[in-house]
Amino acid sequence: MALSAPIRNAAAAAADRAPTVSVRDLCHWYGSGENRRQVLDQVTLTIHPGEVVLLTGPSGCGKTTLLTLVGALRQVMAGSVRLFGEELREAGRRDRQRLRCGIGMIFQGHNLLRCLTAEQNVQMGADLLPGIGYRARRDLARGWLRQVGLGDHLHKLPHDLSGGQKQRVAIARALAAQPRLLLADEPTAALDSRTGREVVELLRGLARDQGCSVLMVTHDPRILDVADRLVRMEDGRLREGRFQEGEESGAVR
Amino acid sequence: MLDRLWPSRRIPLAWLLLSRQPARLAVALAGIAFAGILMFLQLGFRDGLFDASITIHKLFDADLVLLSPRTMSSIAMAGFPRRRLVQVMADPAVAGTTPVHWNFLLWRNPQTRATRSILALGFEPGDPLFTDPSLAPKAQVLSQRGRVLFDELSRPEFGPIASWFRQGRTIDTEVGGKRVRVAGLVSLGPSFGADGNLLTSSETFLSLLPNTPPGSIELGLIRLHPGEDPAAVAARLKRQLPADVAVFSKQGFVEFEKNYWRSSTAIGFIFSLGAAMGFVVGCVIVYQILYSDVSDHLPEYATLMAMGHPLPRLLGVVAREGLLLALFGYVPAWLAGQALYALVRSGTKLPVAMDGPRSLLVFAMILSMCLGSALMAMRKLADADPAEIF
Repeated sequence: MALSAPIRNAAAAAADRAPTVSVRDLCHWYGSGENRRQVLDQVTLTIHPGEVVLLTGPSGCGKTTLLTLVGALRQVMAGSVRLFGEELREAGRRDRQRLRCGIGMIFQGHNLLRCLTAEQNVQMGADLLPGIGYRARRDLARGWLRQVGLGDHLHKLPHDLSGGQKQRVAIARALAAQPRLLLADEPTAALDSRTGREVVELLRGLARDQGCSVLMVTHDPRILDVADRLVRMEDGRLREGRFQEGEESGAVR
Repeated sequence: MLDRLWPSRRIPLAWLLLSRQPARLAVALAGIAFAGILMFLQLGFRDGLFDASITIHKLFDADLVLLSPRTMSSIAMAGFPRRRLVQVMADPAVAGTTPVHWNFLLWRNPQTRATRSILALGFEPGDPLFTDPSLAPKAQVLSQRGRVLFDELSRPEFGPIASWFRQGRTIDTEVGGKRVRVAGLVSLGPSFGADGNLLTSSETFLSLLPNTPPGSIELGLIRLHPGEDPAAVAARLKRQLPADVAVFSKQGFVEFEKNYWRSSTAIGFIFSLGAAMGFVVGCVIVYQILYSDVSDHLPEYATLMAMGHPLPRLLGVVAREGLLLALFGYVPAWLAGQALYALVRSGTKLPVAMDGPRSLLVFAMILSMCLGSALMAMRKLADADPAEIF
């Protein structure tokens, strides 16, 4: 699939703007009492507008927990998470729900609604935009599906789409809400290497066009080079820009 | 067109959730329709039985009626002195009165020779009895002794009287052990207490029941001059007459009879309980459907919450599913109710019909059933934790 994503230095362009995400000294625990287990320990991370950050690390190291905290899906326990300049630690359920409207989420499983067509699924994302008429939102959804190369599959149910096509619908849905931040949790896990590569490049291209930051958790060594910055997590701690053998350290620009 | 009228509308998620699973939707609608039919049938029987108890009562040509205070219902009519009705004539508001004898007698089926209890009314053939004017000319033949008018709508167990009569056959049979001849047909209808009816003159009536004191009647019909207020006259008569009679308006007479069947028998309770069972069965079915629907789609609901759709909007989806189920389930229930009522009418001659209040009542019950179940199923939605889907 051919996509002409304009390449620009997102990190440099974003330097003079406020960060999209600013995490400081974030700690998180699961369980309580004796079973209490720390999963995040003094995590500090800043993502600037338009920046693509890849988060890697062994499973169980707290990557997904960090993603759910940044995504305003969990209550912050200790430390600080500022999302679009708002402090999440103080935010209640309704505030977090409102903030989530500005975040696009792409899941490991595509998590599309089975009963909706591709177009309707994408429109569920566009429906989050306030003050836009039904037809405009539908046209928006169609436009996004064309952008991800599914213009011919508007009225297919997820059941009738391939894995790569479903993940592309999920990307279109996430972007249709015009988010300022995209969170992706192993979006290529269910895809073969070539499709995975295509999907990730598409994701990066579209996010950059939108000036949308991306935080992507991945195990997939073949896609590390799409990142502006690579962050490694181990045992609940972040180690930025340092890689073990076997990983492609050249990915960091 | 719709887009312009309603620009803020969203994907009709509730409808799509239901319609993209046609098998489950069909089961749900069948269940709701079944519950609705059950309610229609039970309430229809109940109201039909109450209405059937007053088939005769509605026909009388009267503004006020006199009954004995010992009368409990149409199947237990007690007598009171006929001269009370003569006393009533003294009131200037009263235009006319008709004394009526009322009792159950054994009718012998002329074909099978079997006997069966029939309601016999005795009156002076010249007096007005029913509001239907076609009775007066037929009543002339009753002045001959031993003649009766047979109700052609009586149940068939009384014999093929109507068809024999139309063929011109002379029908002689036995009533209360005495020989009578059917001299004509009237159209009244069976009631809950009486499977059939016959009319005769007071003279013949007393000869069929020789133990009846001649000065005693069971029902007194009172007609007022036009423009008189029945309630005021009834109050006046109550003051003037001794306590051995009770005064009712015609509507009060009808209600008195209905009330007997409602309060003194188990009919109302039994059929209301039947309708309640339908309601409960419907609740269980709808709740089961909606609950499993929410459970099956829990990850999808969680995804929508993660995307930023507010919880109230998702609760609204479940509520709308309930509303749609109620609407789509009610229509077949109503149509099937119509068909079953027609079946009941032809099979039992009970006056059961689909009326507005009952249609509304059943709709309200189906609606509350579906929305209540939706409300219960919504609690499951609180389990959808958007943090769990990553």
